[in-house]
Amino acid sequence: MKMKGAQILIELLKKEGVTTIFGYPGGSVIDIYDALYQAPEIKHILVRHEQAAAHAADGYARTTGKVGICMATSGPGSTNLVTGLANAYMDSIPIIAITGQVGTRLIGKDAFQEADTTGITMPITKHNFLIKSIHELPLIVREAFLIASTGRPGPILIDIPKDVQTAEVDFNYPEKFEIPGYKPTYRGHINQINMTAQAIKEAKKPLLYVGGGVIASGASDILLEFAEKTDIPVTYTLMAKGAIPEDHRLSLGWLGMHGSYHANKAIMNCDLLIAVGTRFDDRVTGNTATFANRAKIVHIDIDPAEIGKNVKIHIPIVGDARNILNELNKRTETKKHDEWLQTIEKWKKEYIPKPPVSNELLAPTIIDLVYQATQGDAILVTDVGQHQMWAAKHFLCHQPRKWASSGGLGTMGFGLPAAIGAQVGNPDQTVVLFSGDGSIMMKIQELVTAVNNCLPLKIFVLNNNYLGMVRQWQECFFDCRYSSTHIINPDLANLAQAFGAEGIPVQNQEELDKAIQRALEVKDHPVLVDCRISKETNVYPFVPPGKSLDEMILE
Amino acid sequence: MQHIISVLVENKPRVLARVASLFARRGYNIESLAVGHTQDPDVSRITLVVRGDEDILEQITKQLYKLIEVIKVGDFTESSYVDRELSLIKVNAPSNLRGEIVQTAEIFRARIVDVSEKSLLIEVTGTSDKIDALEQLMKKYGIIEMTRTGKIALARGSQSL
Repeated sequence: MKMKGAQILIELLKKEGVTTIFGYPGGSVIDIYDALYQAPEIKHILVRHEQAAAHAADGYARTTGKVGICMATSGPGSTNLVTGLANAYMDSIPIIAITGQVGTRLIGKDAFQEADTTGITMPITKHNFLIKSIHELPLIVREAFLIASTGRPGPILIDIPKDVQTAEVDFNYPEKFEIPGYKPTYRGHINQINMTAQAIKEAKKPLLYVGGGVIASGASDILLEFAEKTDIPVTYTLMAKGAIPEDHRLSLGWLGMHGSYHANKAIMNCDLLIAVGTRFDDRVTGNTATFANRAKIVHIDIDPAEIGKNVKIHIPIVGDARNILNELNKRTETKKHDEWLQTIEKWKKEYIPKPPVSNELLAPTIIDLVYQATQGDAILVTDVGQHQMWAAKHFLCHQPRKWASSGGLGTMGFGLPAAIGAQVGNPDQTVVLFSGDGSIMMKIQELVTAVNNCLPLKIFVLNNNYLGMVRQWQECFFDCRYSSTHIINPDLANLAQAFGAEGIPVQNQEELDKAIQRALEVKDHPVLVDCRISKETNVYPFVPPGKSLDEMILE
Repeated sequence: MQHIISVLVENKPRVLARVASLFARRGYNIESLAVGHTQDPDVSRITLVVRGDEDILEQITKQLYKLIEVIKVGDFTESSYVDRELSLIKVNAPSNLRGEIVQTAEIFRARIVDVSEKSLLIEVTGTSDKIDALEQLMKKYGIIEMTRTGKIALARGSQSL
């Protein structure tokens, strides 16, 4: 039976199990939208800016483990996706962007709404495709899903010219196919695994340092089993928040620039560091020359290019985190590290952050209260800035995929659309978004998307009238010259009301308690709680950029 | 240290742009680049000359492998190989000097491929050094214009990449 390209695309998406697309229509995708109109199995969430479609697909992917799909028209629609793709690329999140393109005969002629989408997105996608003929369409869509979701996951873009969408052919589903240059390594080298097992046997002060790869490979349960059996404490990156229960006795909290004091101390004093699914990012390592410089370093990662990129590695193991942790677990014996764990416990007691004395509301207090009110049974989403660090510290996650935050790219504006994606993907769960007054304004228009789709997001804006993280740097490194960081906001609660959401302004403890209760009981619309917080509170501890992890500013 | 890297890629649009963009983004310098298809029309071979220490070369190789359309990457530097470049040199050749120029070209096993009243066009293949040497000798007659291909290379012996 002859089918149009646009219909074939929808059929292929259905076969891949796609149930949701985040997108925005336009001239070059009008045929796909027409096919979508006739496909009730796929729900389309209409965002109000294409960047939000990419972030929503990203939030959906992070919290469900499925591939997130976003769609935009040619030209400005596609260029608006760029930040969202870069964000997903940095955090290795599997999303597929489907973009319309001008007709093949117009490509290169500077046609209306033409942009070189594949050229622009080449360095920020795992791979991208420009479909030149309808005959290529089925295979390319199949390849896109495979590449996005396997190996080290990442975003894929498929650019589909208008005439490819309208051309008609017999639909042949490619059952089998092979990509000659794409063969991710899943099984670790057995000698390297044995060497690691031996190193664990000999180590007195071992430490696990795990990243987003543990979440991506679904290795949380085996990580916990392995850590408990070998009695090795675990620190993690922001990306791996929830990889092990954060209140577990072996959990040291997350490490790095604003990481926990004892986790950073442990890095600097361990004699064996086992890094799993992580990339030694500069916000994690500080000065790489001193990072874990007393330790033998094992690096387990599915991406060979990450091994040795930033830090010298003694035992590299390329492969899937879950497979390798499983193999390691089989090859190690039960151990105890009482002395080492006591040393860490001592550090933990050495630095207990004191809450500043203030009559005003403090961000950490608000987060603590929301955490208690939800009993931690929520998906936590953040934007980027001080509130992100506070939320990550105070709102604990005990399971994987309960956390969505822009780690690598640090994208302000990620939060609201990502929370929409998380709620659409997890309709029965409570989704809490912490944002700042800077971040929320970058994507505030998406409130109407949440309203239109009856998404009961619990949005807490920690509003200090500052771009707080930049202000903190200006305070610490620029003699308090607050250049362009003081911001004057609209009345956010009223603004939320104008969007059809519920807006609650909060100035004091009593109002806060009521607002939290109200936000959590609402089931059919978003609630935005505008929390006026202490203006000049800093995030501590704080490792100044480029310094060693043990050179923390504590208060 | 200079390395000659051979990259087998799927013969698809933009694959060269992907390789070039990777080098630009990661800050690796390309000294020369040559590309053409192989005995399999679906596969092209890109030969790159790059400079860098062991760590940089390791990163270059690994990053190249991450490109979906890259099938195989080989570094010839440690092995025995043959490398060649081709150059076309257009040189001033008034009748009184023409014999001398032709003789010099013959020593280099270069060929005269075009003649005009005032000039000769010389085709020469060989290693970079050989082409450098001929270029040097031709300078005194006045080189009107010249072009060089990037280096291409294959390993000696019966094995392939």
